[in-house]
Amino acid sequence: MSAEATQSGAEILLRALKDEGVEVIFGYPGGAVLPIYDAIFNQNAIRHILVRQEGGAVHAAEGYARSTGKVGVVLVTSGPGATNAVTGLCDALMDSIPVVCLTGQVPTHLIGNDAFQEADTTGITRPATKHNYLVKRSEDLARVVHEAFYVARSGRPGPVVIDLPKDILINPAPYAEAAATHKSYRPRTEPDMDQIAKAVALLKSAKRPMIYAGGGVINAGPEASALLTEFTRLTGFPITNTLMGLGCYPASDPQFLGMLGMHGTYEANLAMHGCDVLLAVGARFDDRITGRLNAFSQGSRKIHIDIDSSSINKNVPVEVPIVADAAKGLKALLSAWKADDAKVDAPAIATWWRQIDVWRAKDSLKFSQDMKPGSVIKPQYAVQRLYEIARARKQEVFITTEVGQHQMWAAQHFKFELPNRWMTSGGLGTMGYGLPAAMGVQIAHPDALVVDIAGEASTLMNIQELGTIAQYKLPVKVFILNNEYMGMVRQWQELLHGGRYSESYSAALPDFVKLADAFHAKGMRATSVDQLDDVIIAMLDCPTAVIADIAVDPTENCFPMIPSGAAHNEMILGPEHESSGAAISDAGMALV
Amino acid sequence: MSDPMSTRTATISVLVDNEAGVLARVTGLFSGRGYNIDSLTVAPVDAAGELSRINIVTSGTSMVIEQIKAQLDRLVPVHRVADLSLEGPHVAREMALVKVVGTGEKRVEALRIADTFRARVVDTTVESFVFELTGATDKLDAFIALMQDLGLAEVSRTGVAALARGKRTI
Ligand SMILES: Cc1cc2nc3c(=O)[nH]c(=O)nc-3n(C[C@H](O)[C@H](O)[C@H](O)COP(=O)(O)OP(=O)(O)OC[C@H]3O[C@@H](n4cnc5c(N)ncnc54)[C@H](O)[C@@H]3O)c2cc1C
Ligand SMILES: Cc1ncc(C[n+]2csc(CCOP(=O)(O)OP(=O)(O)O)c2C)c(N)n1
Ligand SMILES: [Mg+2]
Repeated sequence: MSAEATQSGAEILLRALKDEGVEVIFGYPGGAVLPIYDAIFNQNAIRHILVRQEGGAVHAAEGYARSTGKVGVVLVTSGPGATNAVTGLCDALMDSIPVVCLTGQVPTHLIGNDAFQEADTTGITRPATKHNYLVKRSEDLARVVHEAFYVARSGRPGPVVIDLPKDILINPAPYAEAAATHKSYRPRTEPDMDQIAKAVALLKSAKRPMIYAGGGVINAGPEASALLTEFTRLTGFPITNTLMGLGCYPASDPQFLGMLGMHGTYEANLAMHGCDVLLAVGARFDDRITGRLNAFSQGSRKIHIDIDSSSINKNVPVEVPIVADAAKGLKALLSAWKADDAKVDAPAIATWWRQIDVWRAKDSLKFSQDMKPGSVIKPQYAVQRLYEIARARKQEVFITTEVGQHQMWAAQHFKFELPNRWMTSGGLGTMGYGLPAAMGVQIAHPDALVVDIAGEASTLMNIQELGTIAQYKLPVKVFILNNEYMGMVRQWQELLHGGRYSESYSAALPDFVKLADAFHAKGMRATSVDQLDDVIIAMLDCPTAVIADIAVDPTENCFPMIPSGAAHNEMILGPEHESSGAAISDAGMALV
Repeated sequence: MSDPMSTRTATISVLVDNEAGVLARVTGLFSGRGYNIDSLTVAPVDAAGELSRINIVTSGTSMVIEQIKAQLDRLVPVHRVADLSLEGPHVAREMALVKVVGTGEKRVEALRIADTFRARVVDTTVESFVFELTGATDKLDAFIALMQDLGLAEVSRTGVAALARGKRTI
């Protein structure tokens, strides 16, 4: 018998992973996947990172994927291993993150028997994945692995599960190279040039243009961000980013209006509201962006470049749909623009910018920090100082976040110049994402500064991963904006539920400094404004993992805010501004 | 696009890999996203048994129907999605087995109506008939409605099978 035929399914699996360029797997063992663990033991090409809970493995793989552009890989056992991974899979699906998750399964002859640690993994994960497979024949194994990677990274990226019955892992299996083309899944990536021509004509005619770019630009690789930047500078148009798109356009550029949407800037939202031509690229008109649909950018003619035709015309009808990869679409747009020697309506656009500058002068992210020693730290100020101090160090910085007010303050006050530096859970909004994601980022970028800007409540949701961080000596920094509340919940209760703070107080918090110590990390604390810089500097200087517990103003709310069900011009500004008179409607109360 | 908010009924044919779970993917998509399914049929359609055709009759606003097609199209095992209602004339047929129980005058009347509808009698006892009827959905609906007062006992319908008219294929 040839060596080929004597390789077990598990060995074939590892070989296929290696051929797909996999360097790291985030996983957790169990009975059903022991043959894979045996194969991992016997090789050195692929590194296995042992997490502390399977949910952490998926977020770590997401962080790894988002910060590198590669596919993140996860390995979990059957039953509870697979069910623990489901939240992360949903998260990756919502945020279009390429992940391949290998799940163990009971042997094929026991499937359906309520066998020990059996779960209907393909059934449970069908709506939580882009696609999933149950491998029932050894001869399919290698092909399925290659296909899974192709599906995860092609078109609109997403998570793919491969469910692996134990007998398939033990029995000998043949190897197969990746097929050149997939028989049914071949997403379109090149734009229709007629549509590009229409887009050029429309953009040329614009008097109040606006560019709205999202996570799809990040998905399309750094080239897409470079092309977007080139096009935006060439035209002089204003640009905004979604939460998922931050970094695809340099935040320090004067044409950047900041993030838009529920907690976006005044100028970004009013420019969306008032523009006459809107170019959307790799963004999905999410409800956090549009606010009340029938009031969303009503006066604009819209162009939408997106790789997924189901994202186009889903919530908002557009005039020029362009199904294409963002990089390819932007490249075509840019060359058509240049070939046409297109000129913008300069006087109209100068007028438009004067209007935008008036909105910008409102300084909607303004906050007031009392600098007297002993004063309470404003959370925005903590993020701002972290940004300024980190930037001055010229080190590569990657930021992850948990979910809540701190996430929004991070989005508003930390400025990203490049794509793939910002990892956050946008679509699912999964508390507990940031710490394991930071771990995955740090594995991919061992020498970079990786900071999880966290809330005290979210951090506790995957706190066990401090064990992983310790084991692999990852110098991850957990920067907790500790307001002793589930602040985002508290804010909604204040604004919508008469200040009845039902179950939103973070009672019985651990001593985070001692907690850090218990997990072999360094704990630090700042309780007043005069201590903040020292703690940030000590944190950044520390060669090991750090938990910095930053006590911030517990009553601070995150503004601006477009209340649910309101329009962009009905934004609530912070206490630093005069009242805008916006109120939440009864219909808005029902929205999330 | 025509008025995105006007509602219509669409007959959509989907060519898919004939593999485990593919029907669950399609029905899960409809239930998960709250789309209507008025009727659904599925069976392998090629000699090798590798491809199945799913015919779905659904209704919604034009915007929703376009969204349904885009959502179906992005499923990995889907080869082709065709909106037969939009892409030109098509034929759509379904078959029903209709059991009518009764004696005397009603039984005679049921048989007479069945005859005008060109329904075939595929089973008979002295107290019952099973009629087989093929045709457009509204014809089947009309027949079943008429049987209501004549001893209608049970109905089994296949759902719609549909093809484009003429030489066109999907
Ligand atoms: C507490 C909280 C508050 C939030 N508030 C805000 C807010 O104020 N503002 C805000 O913006 N968001 C906010 N979000 C995030 C929001 O929920 C959405 O996740 C986000 O707006 C979606 O970003 P996106 O439109 O860029 O789409 P993504 O979810 O990033 O989707 C990417 C889009 O690009 C397409 N695409 C993928 N790959 C490519 C490619 N290669 N080429 C072209 N297209 C591609 C996809 O098909 C999809 O349409 C908030 C989230 C939370 C948890
Ligand atoms: C897993 C999960 N459960 C519940 C929520 C709802 N939720 C959104 S923000 C939030 C509070 C987060 O508190 P914290 O981490 O302290 O952040 P803060 O808002 O205080 O900055 C909650 C409970 C969620 N997003 N994720
Ligand atoms: Mg908090």
